[in-house]
Amino acid sequence: MNIVVIASLVPDLVEELEIGPNGTALDTAWLRMVINEFDDHAIEQAILLKEKNNAHVTVLAIDQDGIDEVLYTAAAKDANRLVKLVGEFEEGFNSHALARAFAEAIKDFAPDLILIGVQAHTNIDGAVGPLLASMLNMPYVGYISGVNLTDGAATIRKEYPGGLIGEMKVNLPAVLGIQASEQPPRYVAVSKVRQAMKTATIDEQDVAVLDQSGGLAVSRMFKPEVTGGATMITGSEDEIAAKLVDLFKEIGAL
Amino acid sequence: MNQDVYVVIEHLQGKVAEISYIMLAAARQLAQVSGGKVVGVLLGQGAQALGNGLGADSVLYVDHASLAEFNPDAYLSALSELLAERQPRTVFLGSTTIGSDIAGGLSIRLNAPLISQCQQVNAEGGRLTIVSKICGGKIMAETELPGTLTLVTMIPGGYPPEAGQGGGASIEMVAAPSLDDLRVTLSGYIEPEAADVDLEKEPFIVAVGRGIQTQDNIELAQTLADLLGGVVAGSRPIVDQGWLPTSRLVGKSGKQVKAKLYLTLGISGAPEHIEGITGSETIIAINSDPNAPIFGVAKYGVNKDLFDLIDPLIEKVQAAKG
Repeated sequence: MNIVVIASLVPDLVEELEIGPNGTALDTAWLRMVINEFDDHAIEQAILLKEKNNAHVTVLAIDQDGIDEVLYTAAAKDANRLVKLVGEFEEGFNSHALARAFAEAIKDFAPDLILIGVQAHTNIDGAVGPLLASMLNMPYVGYISGVNLTDGAATIRKEYPGGLIGEMKVNLPAVLGIQASEQPPRYVAVSKVRQAMKTATIDEQDVAVLDQSGGLAVSRMFKPEVTGGATMITGSEDEIAAKLVDLFKEIGAL
Repeated sequence: MNQDVYVVIEHLQGKVAEISYIMLAAARQLAQVSGGKVVGVLLGQGAQALGNGLGADSVLYVDHASLAEFNPDAYLSALSELLAERQPRTVFLGSTTIGSDIAGGLSIRLNAPLISQCQQVNAEGGRLTIVSKICGGKIMAETELPGTLTLVTMIPGGYPPEAGQGGGASIEMVAAPSLDDLRVTLSGYIEPEAADVDLEKEPFIVAVGRGIQTQDNIELAQTLADLLGGVVAGSRPIVDQGWLPTSRLVGKSGKQVKAKLYLTLGISGAPEHIEGITGSETIIAINSDPNAPIFGVAKYGVNKDLFDLIDPLIEKVQAAKG
């Protein structure tokens, strides 16, 4: 059983996001990048499946500043193989370009199952998973919070609104978009990651050209007006607390 | 190619999803500028009646046993054949657990561009643009709508669902393609377990997000909720960490709440969470980020570190209760 997990980095939303000088993209100079949390769940799900099914787990990523740490962390969690796609990516990449690059690389891995985070908050031309699945002519199901492997198929739990779960059987090979792993992503100590840096290797594969077609150029990027909404309550902590208590009374919660 | 605007109607367990009406409202706005008709595309089995309340000019209905419930493989096959043949200019799908499963596949099969996370169609100055909300609601991105077949996935927030309701649309039956070799089958649904609380009926909710930082800190929210006679709920990251059970999840894949008071502690307000809370009467948001999108939907906002505020707040609430 060959499992390929795809991971990428996204801007950390805890930090302030700035729009670049051309007004059509984020200013990357100050961005702090973190692993896409859904990809983190996909890695955890792959490791859980490895433990249950003795699978071989390859983690595949495109070269981004900080991606090596993500790959080594996956190795510390017991992933078998780390692969990084390298090339000239100054102009960035959209989901279509990423999917094409991954599809090309994956052909050699003979995967039975490909796991990827169901979305990334930067996606503007769809998530990578469904694009990749169609390029590889594999079925895709997303918003998954549980995977079991049985003869040639995956039994998955797909989330619907209101807590409803759809149980589906998906023939392998398939691409699954992970919403949440069955257990929260495990913590690995920094010392174990450092150890992995010494023992694990990252295989590099060249990507000649990124083909962005299927995604469209953004003509303008801007921040939404958020201040128009709420009446802001200001003052010292005590003053604010007192005003909130008045509001709670008004609403009938006190 | 024509100027028609197609809307893939989403329905689950016999009920049309609200996003379908929101998409019809957006489609109507678009069609008024670009010309063309608003056409609902309904897939199902014996589900023709679902087409009756749609604010569309016409409805294309595909009936097949494999389309009785949502099946991404069956939907993808049926829709790609139908759209390839009809070539409308624009196709709306939900940016949902249904639409997002198939939009990418359609983009590849039809060789058509895809714009996701659309909240609003903009028609200023004769230019048609799609405004998408990305980066957890912190950034808007505007893309020009091409003149040829384009797929657009839509989030709520830009149009009231009532604007997409209607009736009297003619319903045209369309033959289903062969759906014999499906690679995905639905085994069944698992209904949510009866939980200790039903969030959809709770009047007072204290909701925590990533800003609560640790599982232990949820205790602070619980203390406040207890004092207010309410319950604690959470956003997606909190539930994914296992800090709260799924029954306490509010948002896109969780509960849609209609609270009298929805007090958020450290919730930034990603679109997925906002979807679940807009039915509440009063939203009060506490967040240390002055640009948190939650302040765009809250009635009252407090831009403070919640850990500086929570103790005096608990004290004052206790004092008020006597």
